Amino acid sequence: MELDALILSRLQFAFVVAFHILFPAFTIGLASFLAVCEGLWLRTGRDVFKRLYLHWVKIFALAFAMGVVSGVVMSYQFGTNWSIFADKTGSVLGPLLGYEVLTAFFLEATFLGVMLFGWSRVGRRLHFVATCAVAVGTSISAFWILSANSWMQTPAGFAIDPQSGNFYATNWREVIFTASFAPRYVHMMLAAYVTTAAVVLAAGAWQTVNKRSSDPTRWQMRMAAGTLAALMPLQIWAGHWSGEVAHEHQPAKIAAMEGWCETRAVQGTVLFAWPAENDCGLSGVVVPNTSPILFASATHDLQGLDYFDNSAPGRERPPLWMVFYAFRIMVGAGIGMLALGFWGVWKWRSGDIDRPGLFHWAAIPGGALGFIAVLTGWITAEVGRQPWTVYGYLSTADSVAPVSAGAVATSLLVFMIVYAIVFTAGVVYMARIATRGFDDEPPHGKHRAPGSPLGSVDEPAQMPGDIVAAE
Amino acid sequence: MDLPLIWAVLIAVAVMLYVLLDGMDLGVGMLSAFAASDEERNMMNATIEPVWDGNETWLILGGGGLFAAFPLAYAVIMPAVYLPLLLMLAALIFRGVAFEFRHKAVRKPTRLFWNGAFYGGSFAAAFAQGVILGAFITGIETDGRAFAGGEFDWLSPFSLLTGVSVAIGYVLLGACWLVLKTEGETQAKAKRFGARALVGVSLCFALVSIATLFIDPRVTERWGVSMNHIEPGKLLLLAPIPFVGLLAAVQLLRDLTGFAMRRAAPDWRPYVLAATVFLSGYLGLAVSLFPWLVPFQFTIWDAAARDNALGLMLAGAAVMLPAILAYTAYVYSLFWGKVKPGDGYHA
Ligand code: HDD
Ligand code: HEM
Ligand code: HEM
Repeated sequence: MELDALILSRLQFAFVVAFHILFPAFTIGLASFLAVCEGLWLRTGRDVFKRLYLHWVKIFALAFAMGVVSGVVMSYQFGTNWSIFADKTGSVLGPLLGYEVLTAFFLEATFLGVMLFGWSRVGRRLHFVATCAVAVGTSISAFWILSANSWMQTPAGFAIDPQSGNFYATNWREVIFTASFAPRYVHMMLAAYVTTAAVVLAAGAWQTVNKRSSDPTRWQMRMAAGTLAALMPLQIWAGHWSGEVAHEHQPAKIAAMEGWCETRAVQGTVLFAWPAENDCGLSGVVVPNTSPILFASATHDLQGLDYFDNSAPGRERPPLWMVFYAFRIMVGAGIGMLALGFWGVWKWRSGDIDRPGLFHWAAIPGGALGFIAVLTGWITAEVGRQPWTVYGYLSTADSVAPVSAGAVATSLLVFMIVYAIVFTAGVVYMARIATRGFDDEPPHGKHRAPGSPLGSVDEPAQMPGDIVAAE
Repeated sequence: MDLPLIWAVLIAVAVMLYVLLDGMDLGVGMLSAFAASDEERNMMNATIEPVWDGNETWLILGGGGLFAAFPLAYAVIMPAVYLPLLLMLAALIFRGVAFEFRHKAVRKPTRLFWNGAFYGGSFAAAFAQGVILGAFITGIETDGRAFAGGEFDWLSPFSLLTGVSVAIGYVLLGACWLVLKTEGETQAKAKRFGARALVGVSLCFALVSIATLFIDPRVTERWGVSMNHIEPGKLLLLAPIPFVGLLAAVQLLRDLTGFAMRRAAPDWRPYVLAATVFLSGYLGLAVSLFPWLVPFQFTIWDAAARDNALGLMLAGAAVMLPAILAYTAYVYSLFWGKVKPGDGYHA
């Protein structure tokens, strides 16, 4: 494989977007978690929720900053590396991204300042409104960007200008709400919530096994385990829904995901597989005859990879192995999180969620499962879309910008170095806060709010109605 | 309704707001290199910490808006400035995370590293933006609807000059912001740096203006000036733009130095005057280049997206932009007033 500008641009896009999505996956969930904590504090007046808020908001600030700077990189990628794509699809995708900036980015970014620095300047209610504004902003942002992505996966509501070859919209409702949009939005939002829950659970488990657990630790573990147990079944259903829609619109992706080698009326499910000699090359553990259940809506033969052999238009074939394994890793991670959720709820009900045990040792590495599933999920969806950027209409090879391989190699290298430094530092700082537990607060039992003047640590009137726990 | 024209104006306003708002953040970032102590540095940064993220969002609107409204221009300009844009993005990454990281680093070397990343990133981002501006003015080689030049086409003495100019200009904005938001020794220091930056900016503006005259005869013709004759009618019509900038610069110099002033100027005035200087330069540039969006290749009408895309976005912008401006103003007013030592949330 020659390292031309196309391959390098693909590698770069995959790298920078994979780096970026780690942070939204966490901040979307964490923003909602913070809103819930603050809301519970306002409602119940219980100190424990305020402590949770003040603890996690520090981590949120770090993650959000990394999400923003890596997002700014993304918004220029379409122009620098995929300029032909930008020119051709601008009249369709441009407004979606424009709406994202207008309705979401300004909201998040502006109210973040109030959320972090506004404690001593606004009342509690208004501060809660700012937290909610940030949380809502992240969901709106996901709405528009996933709408853009879904249009590229299952394009609709457009026509192509015969002169310039440019796409333009004929029906905006169809452009925004394409066939794969609803399942993708539900699946991604749930992914963000469970990813955050897994991290919160892992941090609590760490504090527990290191004997730093306190009241907030207990609560954060209960909330996280409950979230996982409640949302993971929904997430599996949403993933299945995504799969059904993909099967209808991108059968080649499903053939690669499922590892169907031959076209048959009824297919099985490959649980595990390893490479074999022949082209499709799957031998492993197969549960036969599952397709009537999993793909109940299919009315015709289920096309296998033998059909997708690049021999004619409509028969393009995505890379098999990446899609196949990425899909299994995602599902595996999902089952892992489901198990953690149920296990944790059981521990909670039986009253020993704060006694260190096997569960806690399992939950600590489990904190990574959400990120793993998010990354492999996107790899499944995006590599499975190849060789197209706009499925069926614009190929990846025809999308790339006329820049030199040298320039792209330089930028890829720069991003790798910069992200390695930033990522390492960020993860270290976040982990330091998360693992330290809740004994990091100043003495006198005062949980000083961010933004309160240094000199007034002992001044009780930071937040009106502040309930001070006597510890 | 001429949708491309409306969108050109909207994007120009977004970029202008970016320059005035995040330019001041980047300027404060550069100036914080000269803080006498960590405490002074924290105080300087506290003047921008609650607002920098919102300020940077205007850049996303500028870039995203260009993609949305003028995809052809976005597709031609971005590859042409590939490397300086890379520098800008890398620099913005460092200065963006440094806001948080410099408070989290516990060991001295890492703290110094993130402080350095903060001023280095602020300077590099400003310089790269200036280089991009210079490359944009000098023009871009195209073939059909795509960029067709080399990876170093952006590099010229002119683009380096604009790079330096923008960096010094941002220092001026940052200094004036600090005059507004700080007191005492820090404020006095901001005035000194501001005055020096103003002299530098004036020199740069003069050089850039003269150099622009040589770039393309179409520019000079717009101003009614050419190598061998002057058209007073055109020149007089446009002359108020640089003239107002000049007046503002003179008054700004007096405000910052206190030269021949009976009473000290109010603290808000330097920033407003500096913004006026920038505005006059920006308007001058807009007049020179209109209606070209990729200078001398594509006009705003050539590069525009379909009318239905522009119309849909205009509907959104008509509702959202006033709301954005309103809540941005609200947040600025929340954080109004002088910062005091220890006013950060980190501590
Ligand atoms: C499912 C969610 C999601 C996905 C798939 C993406 N993003 Fe993102 N992005 C967000 C969710 C998000 C967010 C939650 O809104 C962020 C993350 C953390 C944050 O600070 O805001 C954000 C930040 C963010 C920013 C900075 C916004 C600001 O200043 O607040 C930009 C410019 C982008 N993104 C652009 C992109 C592009 C061009 C993407 C695709 C190619 C992309 N994002 C994928
Ligand atoms: C945020 C999560 C995302 C991840 C992790 C992701 C991952 C990837 C990967 C791995 C590729 C490379 C596929 C290949 O070349 O074989 C790719 C390609 C691409 N993706 Fe995504 N993607 C994400 C979101 C998006 C979104 C939201 C959009 C558009 C709005 C998008 C647009 C593209 C484009 C234009 C390409 C073309 C380049 C290419 O095919 O390599 N992606 N993505
Ligand atoms: C356990 C059962 C799961 C199933 C059956 C499943 C199914 C799928 C399918 C079929 C796709 C491809 C959709 C497309 O190409 O249009 C997908 C994508 C994706 N999955 Fe899953 N998934 C599961 C679990 C998870 C979990 C636990 C997470 C994250 C925590 C996750 C995150 C994602 C993401 C981020 C994408 C890419 C975005 C998208 O296309 O929706 N998945 N999933």
